[in-house]
Amino acid sequence: MNLRAIWAIYRFEMARTFRTLLQSIVSPVLSTALYFVVFGAAIGSRISEVEGVSYGAFIVPGLVMMSLLTQSLSNASIGIYFPRFIGTIYEILSAPVSPLEIVIGYVGAATTKAVVIGLIILATAFLFVPIHIQHPFWMASFLVLTAISFSLFGFIIGIWADGFERLQIVPLLVVTPLAFLGGTFYSIRMLPEVWQTITLFNPVVYLISGFRWSFFGTSDVSVGISLGATLAVLALCLTVIYRIFQTGYRLKT
Amino acid sequence: MLPVLTISKLSKTYGTGFQALKSVDLTINRGEVFALLGPNGAGKTTLIGIVCGIVRATSGTVTVDGHDNVRDYRRARAKIGLVPQELTVDGFITVWDAVSFSRGLFGKKPDPAYLERMLRSLTLWDRKDSKIITLSGGMKRRVLIAKALAHEPEILFLDEPTAGVDVELRREMWTVMEQLKQSGVTIILTTHYIDEAEEMADRVGVINKGEIVLVESKVALMTNLGRKELTLQLGQPLAAIPAALGAHRLQLSDSHTQLIYTYDSENGPAGITALFDDLAAAGIRFSDLSTSERSLEEIFVSVVHDGDTARKRQTA
Repeated sequence: MNLRAIWAIYRFEMARTFRTLLQSIVSPVLSTALYFVVFGAAIGSRISEVEGVSYGAFIVPGLVMMSLLTQSLSNASIGIYFPRFIGTIYEILSAPVSPLEIVIGYVGAATTKAVVIGLIILATAFLFVPIHIQHPFWMASFLVLTAISFSLFGFIIGIWADGFERLQIVPLLVVTPLAFLGGTFYSIRMLPEVWQTITLFNPVVYLISGFRWSFFGTSDVSVGISLGATLAVLALCLTVIYRIFQTGYRLKT
Repeated sequence: MLPVLTISKLSKTYGTGFQALKSVDLTINRGEVFALLGPNGAGKTTLIGIVCGIVRATSGTVTVDGHDNVRDYRRARAKIGLVPQELTVDGFITVWDAVSFSRGLFGKKPDPAYLERMLRSLTLWDRKDSKIITLSGGMKRRVLIAKALAHEPEILFLDEPTAGVDVELRREMWTVMEQLKQSGVTIILTTHYIDEAEEMADRVGVINKGEIVLVESKVALMTNLGRKELTLQLGQPLAAIPAALGAHRLQLSDSHTQLIYTYDSENGPAGITALFDDLAAAGIRFSDLSTSERSLEEIFVSVVHDGDTARKRQTA
């Protein structure tokens, strides 16, 4: 394995984050803090408790997960799309690097960034509401697994996209609505029965539910199913990426 | 000389049905500068792309210093550096970071001393901490060369290295190429500028419509296909070429003041001596003379043109 190549890609991508620190880290933290102010303090003060947890604390796992999803997607997609856009991808393709090493480099960096942002947001949340994490190991596991899965998904989008507009379509028009409707701000048990059933088709429900369970010990769906859904997204993305490199889709003619 | 790159029966047909390469066979020798000439769309960049692993071949094989570039792609690619045609470089990073990244990508451990030597030889050392976006076009092109050399390749592909650059910079590039050649790097150069090939190359290949139509050492090519012209400035205008000079196949200029004698390397000295004797016998005096040589460009045009004509004949 070409470990130096993986390290080179990883370092290069991490350096890009530090070059754009304001956009990469400060911006998502600020927007999440605003969610806490609006939903946690202003609106949340009128909602007493959700499933035995104060509303301010209840939305914390959902907000962390929502940032994690969008950050994983955007970091990984721009990471591989940018060299395609400016043409420097030739260097990656002509180097003695295997597809797996390329994926580890780009997806590893995107995952790191997303997890760091998720942890910063979590730390910010402690400033607003008292939180106790019941299952820290599972919290970390869900955090990392989800970040890897959605970074892989972002990598796929970065290869599929043929312009900046396409790059934004999935994060903005698919993932953000799914995150909002996936129980970030409410328990799906608060929905009418029909909508509860419909919501179960939203994969983000399982991610948020499992993550929330690791905090409070309660969840909308069984934690085993949540873990299974996370691993299923991971496996699906890996399969798609394998096919991309096998066929050379949008990378090699 | 030992071959360092062997291309056998290499073909490429794109998804659109366009056949960019048609069973190309080519051998590049270690340490030589090989110029690959061809008109636009001839298949030069596709050929380079396949050798470097950017384009998939439809059929055929590429062996780099004994390593198949598909089955043993790590070893094969490690030996190759590629300078692309376009100025494709991330402008937001520094020169040093760019070359360090390239070296790491090729699996080489960090060697600041080597990178420093290389950047100095490319006169980039003073700008190593500058962001690439702040550099001039010529410097950016040198950064691309530096990136390609960062992993100490044995073979360097230069795809149109001087396309769109001014004359001064072209000369500068030629100096860089000469230094690389001296250091033992095998250089494969594609170019539109025939004078570049004439200046730099040891051997010349011509590719047209996906086929290699000629591979020859530059010297042999110029000797075999090159023609020279001797122009004699006449002391007195001449109404017509005397019959006594008919054997020399002379041309009289429109102004009737110049005689033009065309010869090749084989009949050159003897032919010129006989011509001068006959001119003296005919009482024709000349006040000045000059010679000119058929350039590689003219040879290239005639090779491509002849190939096209032959192809048309076959089709007809």
